[in-house]
Amino acid sequence: MSKSALPTELKRTPRENWRFFRTFVRKEFYHIFRDRMTMLILLAMPILMLVLFGYALNTEVKNSKIAVYDPSRDDVTRAMVEKLQINHYFILSRMLNSPDEMDKVFKSGEVSMVVVFSENFYENLLHGGHAQIQLIADGSDPNTASTITTYASNILAGYQIELLEMNKIPYQITPEIKLLYNPSMVAAYNFVPGVMGMIILLICAMMTSISIAREKENGTMEILLVSPMKPLYVILSKAVPYFFLSIVNLCTILVVSVFVMGVPIAGSFFWLIAISLLYIFVSLALGLLISSVVNTQMAAMLISAMGLMMPVMLLSGMLFPSENMPLFLQLIGDVIPAKWYIEAVKKIMIKGLGVGAILNELAVLSGMAVALISISLRNFKIRLE
Amino acid sequence: MNTKETVPEGKVVVARNLTKMFGGFTAVDHISFEVDKGEIFGFLGANGAGKTTAMRMLCGLSKQTSGHAWVAGFDIASESESIKKCIGYMSQKFALYEDLEVWENIRLYAGIYGVPEKEIAPKTDELLQRLGFESEKHTLVKSLPLGWKQKLAFSVAIFHEPKIVFLDEPTGGVDPATRRQFWELIYQAADRGITVFVTTHYMDEAEYCNRVTIMVDGRIDALDSPKNLKQQYHAKNMNEVFHQLARNAKRTEK
Amino acid sequence: MILKYLIEKEFKQIKRNKFLSRMVFVFPFMMLAVLPQAANFEVKDINLSIIDNNHTTYSQRLIQKIAASDYFHIQTIPTNERQALKSIEKDESDIILEIPSHFEQDLIRTKAANVMISANAVNGMKGGLGSAYLASILAEYNGEIRAELMPSTAKAFPSGMEITKIFRFNPDLKYKYMMVPAIMVMLLTLICGFLPAFNIVSEKENGTIEQMNVTPVNKFSLILSKLIPYWVIGFIVLNICFGVAWLFYGMWPKGSILTIYLFASVHVLSISGLGLVISNYAKTLQQAMFMVFFIIITFIFMSGLYTPVDNMPQWAQYISDIDPLKYFIRVMRLVYLKGSSTADLIKPFMALCSFAVIFNLWAVLSYRKSNN
Repeated sequence: MSKSALPTELKRTPRENWRFFRTFVRKEFYHIFRDRMTMLILLAMPILMLVLFGYALNTEVKNSKIAVYDPSRDDVTRAMVEKLQINHYFILSRMLNSPDEMDKVFKSGEVSMVVVFSENFYENLLHGGHAQIQLIADGSDPNTASTITTYASNILAGYQIELLEMNKIPYQITPEIKLLYNPSMVAAYNFVPGVMGMIILLICAMMTSISIAREKENGTMEILLVSPMKPLYVILSKAVPYFFLSIVNLCTILVVSVFVMGVPIAGSFFWLIAISLLYIFVSLALGLLISSVVNTQMAAMLISAMGLMMPVMLLSGMLFPSENMPLFLQLIGDVIPAKWYIEAVKKIMIKGLGVGAILNELAVLSGMAVALISISLRNFKIRLE
Repeated sequence: MNTKETVPEGKVVVARNLTKMFGGFTAVDHISFEVDKGEIFGFLGANGAGKTTAMRMLCGLSKQTSGHAWVAGFDIASESESIKKCIGYMSQKFALYEDLEVWENIRLYAGIYGVPEKEIAPKTDELLQRLGFESEKHTLVKSLPLGWKQKLAFSVAIFHEPKIVFLDEPTGGVDPATRRQFWELIYQAADRGITVFVTTHYMDEAEYCNRVTIMVDGRIDALDSPKNLKQQYHAKNMNEVFHQLARNAKRTEK
Repeated sequence: MILKYLIEKEFKQIKRNKFLSRMVFVFPFMMLAVLPQAANFEVKDINLSIIDNNHTTYSQRLIQKIAASDYFHIQTIPTNERQALKSIEKDESDIILEIPSHFEQDLIRTKAANVMISANAVNGMKGGLGSAYLASILAEYNGEIRAELMPSTAKAFPSGMEITKIFRFNPDLKYKYMMVPAIMVMLLTLICGFLPAFNIVSEKENGTIEQMNVTPVNKFSLILSKLIPYWVIGFIVLNICFGVAWLFYGMWPKGSILTIYLFASVHVLSISGLGLVISNYAKTLQQAMFMVFFIIITFIFMSGLYTPVDNMPQWAQYISDIDPLKYFIRVMRLVYLKGSSTADLIKPFMALCSFAVIFNLWAVLSYRKSNN
């Protein structure tokens, strides 16, 4: 311990306080680093999420399995079936021999859609008779169903134009379709802010609260509290290492997404970091708040997981578009700091907007930070006294 | 290395050259002793001397590196499951589930050790009466004061009338009066024929035992009744005996 | 039987843990009540900005036709491209349709005209579907124009085929029907797989699991006693889920509940095994939590709960092949929505059984290793 043994007054000089603080912070760092398994997973987690959302998860429909029932079996129907398979949208799983087989392929989940041609298709088509194609889709996945039916009908209609040389027909309007911001139409970029929000929350709220709860459980919290350092600083000393940890992870995410996945930082890097720091403070305050109301690690973990991470994932707009949600859920989402942060990051990083666009978010997050920090401080003061 | 040795009749615990090594470190160094039925046998020594390690081997919590031992006639190397059925155990670190009530803990352990269900409830009430705990039947263990927890834990450990009960530093953290009350219970158990094997670092408790061994650096440096040891070492009490022996110890708490 | 007393003890401890016991029933309820309403990928109200550089009756008609459709919500019509782009930036529009200034001329004189559709692809679904809808409306309009301008020759061209779309099992294309069965699987997995793991690791951490080692309780009974209470709770929760799904969403399994029970039992066996594996490798609760988190994220997202497995790239589909949730979620959806029977589901059944065997084997092996 320090050489300035027992002072005559109980007050310590700021330098001594600082030294104690540093010691506590260092102790906390040792705790964290000694747990190799957690460290490993902590570093792997953002990468996992980025890979998942960036490459694996995809709302773009492709490789849907289809079955075809074709009683006509003429050149045209065969050509259409060919046409459907040429691109990457559909894979022909099998040709059905009778309509009764439809039930089975749906019930076993083998196909997402069955294409049914009417009889004598080509003949009817040429001579103005009844040529019908039914696109029967499995509605259990609504978006896939509407997408593949739309694709299929566009493909088939386009083939019709070719077949009947309708493009030589006069009065043809052709749309040119351009996709903005994301030429490959992979909604990957959208998720990077979500991953950032989640990981920071995981570290700052969950880990911090668990660490403090662990000390409470062990009884070592009391030992810390009787140390010469003000109880408040004891608590803060536990939060500091997680602050740094979250910054490290933030950088990992940015590096991986920018250099490996090619996500642009279209806007100001400075403001990106600024709002991230603000959000980190808010999350740390949340972690402190949680730890001030729980007594066991399990409880801290369950509250952070169920009460924080889950709502964030579901309501922040990260996984599901906010505008589709019923109003009361949107309102709840507005209370979640992550929602504001993710919005702000989307605007800066992906849309390249200036700070003017995120004034709302900055204000809300600052307000939350102040409110949460004061509540946790007050909670701690009450409990410690 | 040896073929199976025969265990002497009537001895509840027999150890021959029992050794435990952790890598290059010898925690228990070829100890040998025998314990009679109904004896209160004390295992003394400083922290780190190897008492707890030795006890863990006898209970089947840890496998010996070499040597032999028999508990209640069963070989600890090959018959540990049989041993577990006839011993009781209590340690300072854990004994009862804090989030269960008093009667629930008793019921759990009674059931585990094969006390017939019909007998559990009446025996529980009897025990609580004897201890003077009836009012606490439905109290959560975590709300009990430490002294009561210890007495209760001991009673639970012998609820099924085992042949021998192992106590690992059972009286830490309470005042001497409470400790004496605890030892009352031990005497009562010993009177009923339950052998008591207890480790402790409280030298005054050594006086309560029939015989004690003093472990230093993993070896048994003394094994006799307290009276004889005091004579042998010209000491007024066990504390002095211990100091004389421990002066040469290499492994002490620092 | 010793097991009886152990199970009694576990139940009592769970009951005493007010937090846990409440949460175990409240959480599923909330998930089922809230999540399907939040989880909605329906593409509606696509915001469309139209730049009309032509200002003729033809362009006006097109605009009116688009406005009449249900899909689009037309923004205040901007006057130039810069304004339109800004409205995309502000997230007020998803798609811009630009009608060039010479639209009418091109159409009448040269008989071929173009329009520009620019879609905001940051939100993938809206961009793709929206532009597809727009294209089909355009094609309809095209057909109308042509019929007007060349009435006499219209008959010379074939009327074309009729393409109809039919949606089975979920004719209104409600997203909830897809989410509810998947959520049930997720809940069952959490309760029966991971809660016991946390319980075991917690006891490992505070040393109480060791105290069983001195007793005649054998390891197998000990582990069973830790799993069975959660199996029971999981089963109860599953049935509560059936009730909530019916109450809130009017959903009742089209197929047999017994089929669901069968698959659920196998799934619970395998997921408990996985939980045991975790409890063998994790030394502290925090480690267990991180492992579980990592696994959950991977399993849930790769299972097709969120986005369809078919959409994933090939390598990701291989990974989803070793995700037990994928199979069970598929089974749940199939039984619930389509009334599939066990006979239809032999393949996933085999897969789930293999998982049960593999995970439990792994649990036994890793237990031996960690306790040596």
